[in-house]
Amino acid sequence: MEGTAVPRRLTWEVATVTAVTRETPSVRTIELDVPCWPGHRAGQHLDVRLTAEDGYRAERSYSIATAAGEPVAITVERLDDGEVSPYLTEDLRAGDQLELRGPVGGYFVWEPADGGPLLLVGGGSGIVPLRAILRQRERSGSTVPVRLLYSARTLSDLIYRGELATQRDGVAVSYALTRERPVGLTGYTRRVDSALLAEAAWAAGKNPLAFVCGPTSFVETVAGGLVALGYQPGRVKTERFGGTGGR
Amino acid sequence: MDELDGNRAAGLLREVFGREMTAAAATCASCGAVGPIGGSALYTGGPGTVIRCSNCVGVLLVITQIRGMSCVDVTGISALDMPR
Repeated sequence: MEGTAVPRRLTWEVATVTAVTRETPSVRTIELDVPCWPGHRAGQHLDVRLTAEDGYRAERSYSIATAAGEPVAITVERLDDGEVSPYLTEDLRAGDQLELRGPVGGYFVWEPADGGPLLLVGGGSGIVPLRAILRQRERSGSTVPVRLLYSARTLSDLIYRGELATQRDGVAVSYALTRERPVGLTGYTRRVDSALLAEAAWAAGKNPLAFVCGPTSFVETVAGGLVALGYQPGRVKTERFGGTGGR
Repeated sequence: MDELDGNRAAGLLREVFGREMTAAAATCASCGAVGPIGGSALYTGGPGTVIRCSNCVGVLLVITQIRGMSCVDVTGISALDMPR
């Protein structure tokens, strides 16, 4: 725990890729072996640094995809004009090395003692830290009720689809697909807006704790919608990763 | 320029302040609003990292790194409450 541990200097370390898994055509999960990893909490980040041959460096912050106590992994979506994500999603292989530092962040973090009920709202690869929170709940034996609302363009863009399909007591998963209407899908086939939140989210009277992650415009729509529904602003935690997400 | 959340700068803040800072509550010197640094607005597109108050968009914190030196301007924060 951040508050009780002796502060450790944050230094760049060399990690080794232990596995690369294809989640969708443009998304990969990269599992990492990090020497001296002090442990992380669900929702924290790590920073990745790439150095070109000419010394040019690019740094990006990625959400950790796993729960506390699990091996470190990040899930990365390829951005066609990105400096870092094309390398991570296309070129990186098991056995390769990667420079990183972490874990960092203490705001967008959930621990079982924080309770709930939990409302998790993810857009696109915004599902990553929410998946870490779900796994944290599972591993800790927490019975906090969860509603997960996950928006993506099409069925094939859903990350962790198999894992999310597994039934868990107290966890309700709904999808909102914005560009496809698959036959037989139970869920929404429209964008997440105030009307959809009013149907899918916990009533404000239950004093829910919300975590919202996704493209900037998505997060702003959802966070604003939840506050309008009566959620306490201090219990709506947001993580915007920029762009429109091509919704 | 895209607005992000302060938690995206957690690594840089940790590097500069030597401890976790995203859960620290900053009081805006412009409007007096109090909020966690991690929930404040973050801009990384310019020269340096700028964190603004999510209530009044006043500048809270500017961090510029040049030639191995970090320049930190905290004049926009009137109080900082760090959770233990």
